[in-house]
Amino acid sequence: MNIIVNGEDLEAREGQTILQVARENGVFIPALCFHEKVGVAGRCRACLVEVEGMKGLQTSCSVPVKNGMTVRTRTPVVLEAQKLVIDLLLSTGTHDCLSCEKNGGCELQNAAYYLGIERPSISLPALAPSLDGTSAFVSVDRNKCIQCGRCVRGCQNSVVNNVLDFGYRGQHTGIIFDDDAPMGTSTCVQCGECVQMCPVGALTEKKALGKARRWETRVVRTTCPYCGVGCQLDVHVKGEDVVRVTGTEDGSPNRGSLCVKGRFGYDFMYSEDRLTTPLIRENGELRKASWDEALDLVAAKFKKIIAESGPDAIGGVSCARSTNEDSYSMQKLFRAVLKTNNIDHCART
Amino acid sequence: MTNSFGEYARAKLLFCIGTNMTEAHPVASYYAKQAVKKGATLIVVDPRRHALADYATIFAQIKVGSDVAFLNGLMRVLIEEELYDKKYVAECCENFDALKAKVLETPLEKAAQISGVGVEMLERIARTMAANRPGMAIYTLGITEHTCGKNNVMSVANLQMLLGNVGKECGGVNPMRGQNNVQGACDVGALPNVFPGYQPVAVPANREKFEKGWGVTGLPDKPGMMMPDMMDGLASKKIRAFYIYGENLANTEPNITHVEKSLAAAEFIVCQDIFQTETTKFAHVILPAAAWGEDEGTFSSSERRVSLVRKFKTPPGEARPSWWIFKELAKRFGQEWPSCSGKELWDNEVSVLAPAFGGIKYDRIQGDGLQWPCPNVEHPGTGFLHRDGKFTRGKGLFAALDWTPPAEVPDAEYPLVLSTGRRLYHYHTRTQTGRSGLNQMLPEEFADISPADAKEHGIADGEMIILKSRRGQVKIRAKVNERIPRGLVWTSFHFREGNANWLTNNAFDPETKTAEYKACAVKIEKVG
Repeated sequence: MNIIVNGEDLEAREGQTILQVARENGVFIPALCFHEKVGVAGRCRACLVEVEGMKGLQTSCSVPVKNGMTVRTRTPVVLEAQKLVIDLLLSTGTHDCLSCEKNGGCELQNAAYYLGIERPSISLPALAPSLDGTSAFVSVDRNKCIQCGRCVRGCQNSVVNNVLDFGYRGQHTGIIFDDDAPMGTSTCVQCGECVQMCPVGALTEKKALGKARRWETRVVRTTCPYCGVGCQLDVHVKGEDVVRVTGTEDGSPNRGSLCVKGRFGYDFMYSEDRLTTPLIRENGELRKASWDEALDLVAAKFKKIIAESGPDAIGGVSCARSTNEDSYSMQKLFRAVLKTNNIDHCART
Repeated sequence: MTNSFGEYARAKLLFCIGTNMTEAHPVASYYAKQAVKKGATLIVVDPRRHALADYATIFAQIKVGSDVAFLNGLMRVLIEEELYDKKYVAECCENFDALKAKVLETPLEKAAQISGVGVEMLERIARTMAANRPGMAIYTLGITEHTCGKNNVMSVANLQMLLGNVGKECGGVNPMRGQNNVQGACDVGALPNVFPGYQPVAVPANREKFEKGWGVTGLPDKPGMMMPDMMDGLASKKIRAFYIYGENLANTEPNITHVEKSLAAAEFIVCQDIFQTETTKFAHVILPAAAWGEDEGTFSSSERRVSLVRKFKTPPGEARPSWWIFKELAKRFGQEWPSCSGKELWDNEVSVLAPAFGGIKYDRIQGDGLQWPCPNVEHPGTGFLHRDGKFTRGKGLFAALDWTPPAEVPDAEYPLVLSTGRRLYHYHTRTQTGRSGLNQMLPEEFADISPADAKEHGIADGEMIILKSRRGQVKIRAKVNERIPRGLVWTSFHFREGNANWLTNNAFDPETKTAEYKACAVKIEKVG
């Protein structure tokens, strides 16, 4: 089917919402509470549009498309309504972008930019700081929270850990962990789904703090080095350093979700303990050696043992952490070069 | 896995036995929990009432090492009450009569007595599974790490075939692999009996094919030794040189005292790793390898999905990609290997020599990986195996199996069962997680004991205790945990201090040579 958005014919599929079709076609509509993974909430009211034949403004995140539907996203009425929503959100929190980790990747900032909001029009007294830095990997700043509920729905419906929820009422409504415990003492297992869901700087990775602006990093998609699920990760790298890891949103099998190890367990490569040179043991002590020296020694020793006792006097175990190409090469070394099938790995344990 | 992770979320029924999914495979557990939210039936069978049990429709607290008796009990109910899939069994399977005779040998009361799962519960689980088909059977090392591990696996397969659940979407037999690339290491032939793609070395045509592919002659025809035999071979001098690549055997293998004796007896050990470990202490030569993120390659996940691993940093110092190290060694034996990158190794060698991966090429897996079998470059990959009950081998073969107890069971001297595994915040011997800030979440290991045993021994929560088996002892903090049944102690092998493998039994499944990490006998003593 087709719908008409701002006078342009756009292709749409049954079951899609106006917002989904707009996004697929590069039409920007400010929208903060909708996320593909956790679906429609209709909370933030930022995604208002005009739909011909429908009374009043509609939330584009929740209206399913119909063939021939005519939608306008940039009329003065629409823009004014969107502006009011974003302006109120900016006015009621502490949305200072200068050192915010989310700067450059913030959906509220993007909406403000789109609508040309320089600063909020309502001036309210400054909020008392509300930082929760009690957990190992996640920083919580409730003054930046816009109560879109994406983190709550991620915690409840995606990872189904049921730690996050909304607590309190009216203007005091906010996200809470368990019965409003600090994140660090709550039952949270630090999977970081909430961080990935958060459209603003309310939930950020502690490890990324001060490491890089968003536009300084490149994103490298790869496969997690931990368990056998094979989650797809986006590694955000500045130079040679990992700034943060996020789940690949459209990647199989994990669709953006990760666990604590996959999201935060990436520092080991940079450890001072890394082996950086071949080592040879002499008189009980290890000493540095060149590659040629070490490999020549291994080859000579293997040749001697094969000559004396045959190839089956050598055994090898490969690494279930390494790549297919590495394990393939090791078994090839054993079979094609040393001429033994004594090659195994920890599959049996 | 015969099926895929994504199917968990859409499944009607999930039968999870011996899998601590929320800790060992957290992202898989998200899908299982999502299914429950959508109304799926979740059956959890485990000696511990672990976190997944909190989401379960039915939880059965099985005794350690009683799986075959339990599963035979379920099958007895299905057969006696004629709840099994008769059409599927008749058309797609063979050897049913032997299975039937076997499971009818043991009265349900006996199965209940062995497994600790009551008759009514056995009936309820069997009836629930029959009423909600297809269902997915999911397991991890709780099934395999027993001296009867192979029989446990075959019993799960028996059950799923009896229910007609194999070869269907949201069905199947689904073992989740512990490490990121255990599946891949098997796939590419790091096994003593098969070339890449599970092509047996004993078959002359396979050897000819690989001799041609590798440009060599005289590939060995006799299957090689499995790892535990190699370790024993070190002490007996049958194995004179041992090449250990990226394994910390001194911490991960059962009965550390025995393992270290073997390693110390070795004439020549080469360790190729990214760190010094307890194992490199025994090395004569240590070779520094590139780590994850420092080279390109592929991993194969439990769902047979081959996905790209990309490079984003250079290795430190002189560290080199492992394939380069093996290639350089080959050169010293007069062989010049052609491939010079992960892509060349996969595209020009692995996927050419192994038909199951023939259609998987780097340019096809730039986004999502592909699931094998994927025989040609037009093939979309295979989400689930044995479609419509058409098994790879022809018909599904039932195995008539007897329950056997663990090699070591509690007695008057060692009255408790020790079972081991992994915790959420660490991975194996912490070479990686211990250097990534995860110590904040779990700085030391502890032993989970039941409130009843704690009371009996006069042990308070958090108190240091001595845990002793016939093979060794550790000093460890006790955690009194109501999720643990009386008679069971549970701990992990993440830390050198208190490592469970000082205690575990180096007894193995006779065929798979998988060690019985899940069951040995221990006793608790108070410190001082």
